[in-house]
Amino acid sequence: MVEVRDITFAYNQNGNNIIEDINFAIEKNQCIAILGNNGAGKSTLLKCMDRICPAQKGTVYVDGQNVYTMSKNTMAQNIAYVLQNNESINMTVFDTILLGRKPYIKWDATSEDRHIAWSIMKKMQLEDFALRNVWQLSGGELQKVMLARALAQEPKLLLLDEPTSNLDPRNQHEVLQQVKEIAQEHDICVAIIIHDLNLAIRYCERFLLLQDAQVFAYGGLEVMTPENIEEVYRIHVHIIEHMGIPVVVPFPDEKVNVSGER
Amino acid sequence: MTDKSMIPIESYSAFINRKKLVLAISVVATAVIGLFAVSAGSLEIPASEIIKTLLGKGDPQTHTIIMNIRLPRVTAAILVGAILAVAGAVMQCVLQNPLASASTLGVSQGAAFGAALGIIVFGGGVVNSDSAATAVTINNPYIVTLCAFLCASISTLVIILLSQFKKDLGPAGLILAGVALGSLFGGGSTLLQYFADETKISAVVFWTFGNLGAADWPELLILTVVFFAALIYFLLNRWNFNAMESGADTAKSLGVNTRAVMLISMGISSLAAAVAVSFVGIISFVGLIAPHIMRRFVGNDYRFLIPCSAVIGALLLILADTFARLIIAPVILPIGAITSFLGAPMFLYLLFRGFKYHG
Repeated sequence: MVEVRDITFAYNQNGNNIIEDINFAIEKNQCIAILGNNGAGKSTLLKCMDRICPAQKGTVYVDGQNVYTMSKNTMAQNIAYVLQNNESINMTVFDTILLGRKPYIKWDATSEDRHIAWSIMKKMQLEDFALRNVWQLSGGELQKVMLARALAQEPKLLLLDEPTSNLDPRNQHEVLQQVKEIAQEHDICVAIIIHDLNLAIRYCERFLLLQDAQVFAYGGLEVMTPENIEEVYRIHVHIIEHMGIPVVVPFPDEKVNVSGER
Repeated sequence: MTDKSMIPIESYSAFINRKKLVLAISVVATAVIGLFAVSAGSLEIPASEIIKTLLGKGDPQTHTIIMNIRLPRVTAAILVGAILAVAGAVMQCVLQNPLASASTLGVSQGAAFGAALGIIVFGGGVVNSDSAATAVTINNPYIVTLCAFLCASISTLVIILLSQFKKDLGPAGLILAGVALGSLFGGGSTLLQYFADETKISAVVFWTFGNLGAADWPELLILTVVFFAALIYFLLNRWNFNAMESGADTAKSLGVNTRAVMLISMGISSLAAAVAVSFVGIISFVGLIAPHIMRRFVGNDYRFLIPCSAVIGALLLILADTFARLIIAPVILPIGAITSFLGAPMFLYLLFRGFKYHG
């Protein structure tokens, strides 16, 4: 279980808070979607959870252990993070995934490390690319490799910053399905920043809506109401049901005022 | 039927073995060319005689030539080439900039300014016309070396302090700071030479040409210790460097203390390069080009790139020095000019063949 408590972050001491007093919890096997406008502080929140941007206030607990007092290696064994924009590196796919074992490596990668990296690569159906250089991959393949590297860390909490932004619709569903399966198989908590509300509804159990650096709403499907979405995204939406699945349909032409009244 | 999952694991082992083979071939090539460099010169010494001498069984004249002149020179080429190449590879990684090297970060220029200071202000150099090969000698090499080292360290220190206290200064900012420092020290050297007499200007110019013959066994011992200390630290951090290739945020998420690794690696690589150039003068391009040559063969995998860069750096400098000694013998051409002269076209060739740093 992951608990985020009172996380507050500002880039400068006297500057505005990018995120403020963020509190929420993620249960095991649960995928949560972090939603909000551009600039709402979604990426900063993930970076604070992984101490890439250390929060000025608050902390994160993973299975009762304080992430902010762990050694960096222990933290990397608990939390994995996949960036929004990944640098294309001059390294093979397998070596890149093996890098996910870095927090466990003492002097050199063991055969167990190689075995773990290999089985994750197979699970992500990347074995045909094993010896291909990462910079030769398409955007979608690169995203899968980075996800595989994060899974090789065997984390308890997986943080994904827009993992589907470069993928075609088929790959979007495939990647999110794999994330969900792996989360359930290995008891991982997952937090995903995602802009596609329909993908979020389909693959996530809980939804954290951020607005103006603060939590606007957090909960199950019940928080994904047209009113809340309109308040956060400033766009008029309808939620219809198709084959039992709620579908968010935006109507940008209909004007919305701040309180959501039309 | 063979288990299909085993085939790629085996192909990965073959892939890794190819990288080991690249390293082994480079070591053998360096050993062969090193042996040729010791044997070639005004007096040709056959390889069998060299081996006899190394075993303490050669004749006294050959022994003197090998042990006092040729072997120290080749050893200096190996150590200085390896230090500059390893320092370049690590600087390029931690600063995430393919142009990083001791010369682009102001370390070499700092050393040149220090040498000029030692020769002109502290009276470390005189002209000596008794030999065609060494028209100028440095009469107090320790003062010159010390000044060169201290000024090269100032460049290092400024770069480290900048990255420590100006935390938003990225890798590109540090390179620009290095260019500014290089310019500052270059201007300082010009001013010192403007006010110096001809003898001292000759000594300064001679020093900046680079001279691998300047290092004797005690200096070589220092270079050996510096090289192995740096190499061990870098090898211990090879997985950290691999992680840093994916960018600072990913490296942090993989448990790397990126700031500490960057600061310590920059400190060690700059100081090691400072020691090397203080002893033998300015050697350009080896630190920049050696890692790029090996990236073509072993990629950006620092498990192999660090040792391979060291070996290819040594190989390049032996080749350049042997060329400098033999091409219009008995005149020895300045090694710094030869490395730049041969290094620049080689670098351009690599660029035209397709530059692969980040793909």
